Amino acid sequence: MAGCGDVSMKDLAIVGAGPAGMAAAVAASGAGLSVVLIDSAQRLGGQYFRHPPEGFHARRPGALHHGFARFTRLSDALGPGSGVEVRLAHRVWAVEKVAGEAGDGAVAVHCLVGARDERRETVLARRLLVATGAHDRSLPFPGWDLPGVFTAGGAQALLKGDLVVAGRTVVVAGTGPFLLPVAAGLAAAGARVAGVFEANGRFGLAPAVLAHPGKLAEAAGYGYRLARHGVPYIGGHAVIAAHGQGELTHVTVARLDRHWDPGPGRTIECDALAVGYGFVPQIELATQLGCATRAARDGTPVVAVDDGMRTSVPGVYAAGEPTGVGGAELAEVEGWIAGRAAAADLGGTVRPAPGLPRKRARLSAFGRALQDAYPVRDGWKGWLRDDTPVCRCEEVPYARIKEARVLGAVDARSLKLLARPGMGWCQGRVCGYAVSCLAGEDQQAPRRPIAQPVRLGDLAGDPPGEDPR
Amino acid sequence: MTTSQHPERPRPAAGDPLHGEAERSGVTQPPHAGHVVRARPEPGFEISVDGRPATAVPGQTLGAVLYANGIRSWRTTRIGGRPRGLFCGIGVCFDCLVTVNGEASLRACQTEALPGDEVTTG
Repeated sequence: MAGCGDVSMKDLAIVGAGPAGMAAAVAASGAGLSVVLIDSAQRLGGQYFRHPPEGFHARRPGALHHGFARFTRLSDALGPGSGVEVRLAHRVWAVEKVAGEAGDGAVAVHCLVGARDERRETVLARRLLVATGAHDRSLPFPGWDLPGVFTAGGAQALLKGDLVVAGRTVVVAGTGPFLLPVAAGLAAAGARVAGVFEANGRFGLAPAVLAHPGKLAEAAGYGYRLARHGVPYIGGHAVIAAHGQGELTHVTVARLDRHWDPGPGRTIECDALAVGYGFVPQIELATQLGCATRAARDGTPVVAVDDGMRTSVPGVYAAGEPTGVGGAELAEVEGWIAGRAAAADLGGTVRPAPGLPRKRARLSAFGRALQDAYPVRDGWKGWLRDDTPVCRCEEVPYARIKEARVLGAVDARSLKLLARPGMGWCQGRVCGYAVSCLAGEDQQAPRRPIAQPVRLGDLAGDPPGEDPR
Repeated sequence: MTTSQHPERPRPAAGDPLHGEAERSGVTQPPHAGHVVRARPEPGFEISVDGRPATAVPGQTLGAVLYANGIRSWRTTRIGGRPRGLFCGIGVCFDCLVTVNGEASLRACQTEALPGDEVTTG
């Protein structure tokens, strides 16, 4: 691996080593490009293929995954003989266009390396692929900041990556099919899953699933595993409050009407709650470079791409969730397409693969059906109380949001300036969706010139690639 | 909250690297998932949490080690004094900030535990 200060120019830099980034790296290096694959995690795989560290010596590392063999194939293909430079534990905090060697453009990818004694490195490449995945979309509700309340993806990450179960008795809630593998995994690991509470209907996706044999088998598998562990899967219900003194001890579950206005609640004892309302694509690196966005089916801003995953900015590609939430299989297909397109655009020889666009179209259609079947309805705003924290970082209660609205803040930006939601450590990643909804405006593309917290010294413009210490 | 062992899981022996000091001292701990992936973890190492020992498996994050040892929050918020621990688990929310060896503001979910780490909560 190249050391600190390495500024050699690669053909393609890929940010994100999940299914999209790994597939793109294999495709592009196979077509002759020099590739650097960058990820903030310690291991390849992204969120979907998150797996335990070597220290566990897991003999069945894929037992908690669907389709882990795909990860193993990609991982093997990225081995030492592949020529792909893999840089793990690299957090990308900024990307920028710079002048290339031959007058053409290049991209500088600014990274912080290591979790503790972080140092600064810059990677230069002629082309950039943004394959940064997504994170859970959260809705605030009373008690959601109690220890023991996790995002659905958080409980899943703790399980798949560290083999720690979020609690003894777990409630899973929110919306979307992702709740099923989360519940099935927790149950298999020994947690008592008191119920999966789907805010929308349980079978909203059924028509689309029936048209996809692979998805049907996957859904049936989760259904079987939940039934085997006696886990009830209940539609039209939500966790509208979490309770406990210092940590979670019980939740209130209520039936929802079609607007998500809750009926009378009942109490369920639990020491963990895994809750998620879909996903927010991480697109800020693309928007830093000025890539055009579009509104996905559910209004989420995603990166606009053509049929080669090219964004509106020449030399910049996007694949996977940043182009529209559709799951790991679609992300991998988009990665193959992006890697091949980058190679072709740089003059490499790429054999035609007409099956890839067809597969992408089919899986994208499934992703759209998923967003249609599992929307977020406005009634969740009625779950809030005056003292419910909306922004966890800056501890902004709902009452302050209401005050700011009375003072005339009718968009997320002015709400932020008046009441400070989204001004803390996470830069609005967690509360941004809710704050936009409360402001009554459409979701806006993120404007984060700095994608990761960074020391002032690093910002102060030390020459790229030099360790300031 | 349930405080008994899950009926399907045998109580682990003391010194099991998947279960640390807290289990032995009776603190409520979540079950572990090693059996699902047929893990044969390496011998664990110790870290300390406010001077008390906790056991880690090599490669585990600090957040996971704390959780596995029955510790669910390790800081309080600066305005409301609310306890915080893991939430997003993937480095996005910064709720899990932890102080290790005197260094503040590391994300527990992103930082691997190392032998001898001293975690300070509060």
